[in-house]
Amino acid sequence: MNLGPADRDRLLDRTFLEHRAKLLDLAAFLDRCERASATAPPDRRLTALRHAIPLLVDGQPDRARRVLEHLSDPSTAPLEHTPPHPVHGVPPPDSRTPNPEP
Amino acid sequence: MNPVYIDPHIHMVSRTTDDYARMAAAGCVAVTEPAFWAGFDRSSPDGFRDYFTQLTDVEPKRAAAHGIAHHAWVCINPKEAEDPGFAREVIALLPEFLDKPNVLGVGEIGLNRNTKNELAILEEQVALAVKHDRLILVHTPHLEDKLKGTRLILDALRRSPGVQPERVLIDHVEEHTVELVLDAGYWAGMTLYPDSKCTPARAVDIVERYGDERFWVNSAGDWGHSDPLSVPKFCGELRWRGHTPEVVRKLTFDNPRRFLDPSGRFRVGHESTT
Repeated sequence: MNLGPADRDRLLDRTFLEHRAKLLDLAAFLDRCERASATAPPDRRLTALRHAIPLLVDGQPDRARRVLEHLSDPSTAPLEHTPPHPVHGVPPPDSRTPNPEP
Repeated sequence: MNPVYIDPHIHMVSRTTDDYARMAAAGCVAVTEPAFWAGFDRSSPDGFRDYFTQLTDVEPKRAAAHGIAHHAWVCINPKEAEDPGFAREVIALLPEFLDKPNVLGVGEIGLNRNTKNELAILEEQVALAVKHDRLILVHTPHLEDKLKGTRLILDALRRSPGVQPERVLIDHVEEHTVELVLDAGYWAGMTLYPDSKCTPARAVDIVERYGDERFWVNSAGDWGHSDPLSVPKFCGELRWRGHTPEVVRKLTFDNPRRFLDPSGRFRVGHESTT
């Protein structure tokens, strides 16, 4: 059920502008966060998002799966109790040591 | 007239009568409604008894007014399962509801934050479903907890005696969990949400990569940001990409029916006895 090359043009014709707009939204969001964070400490959500972006352009397949894995808790053992922090869509604070936010 | 479809996971207690009307107009002929977290923790097991009564007595009548057959699943959801004593009081209520003719099985059980208590209550409810010979509907956790939780759930099911994978559907799969679920022999559910889980386009991507067997697609429409018409939008995406009407029907009608029929209690539209 693979899509062929002929389908690519249809996909682009129909949805390129939608995804162009999403890219601009992300760019503007990062600008907005940067303007709002002049004196704020690094935020792990923003850091995780920035570190996921290179996965989009590394030329490898399965980008959606790899982004989801990057944003997942890598631990394997069940927790003793419900953690105090809510889910944020990025790995919990003590699950890995991400690079400092640029 | 629109082709008929089934929304096999939707929380209609949280939706309006207008939603039923729109779903019926879009071709919905049957829904199944799992028990879930109501947006607040209930203060007593009696709160659950009232909720199960709403699911099994009240909601079927609202649905029938629009020609939609309604079915329920009962359980204590994982978010309210962290207190095992409380959870076991709710589990003690389940057999009386499992006997009702419009209850398909135990669900949506699963994990929320992947704790040991949630896991213990999940395993006890799996055992209850096996004992009563009922289908099982499993919720996988949100966002960063999903991958770990899916693995823990699969391990728990593997440890549980008597579980037949073809009678278990593991819901809310995404690109990083779908293969784990299918490879273990279970059915996989894709939930179409605006901000999390799958979009219609990503769900079609998954079908194109993994085939159209052992999948169902649902809106999981509830009190949060969700869309009770997302299944028809998934149909539209399939059609736009050139998939045949037979594939559309298989994914949105035949497949859920194939999973649910072994319950002996599933009906659509005019077949409904409720």
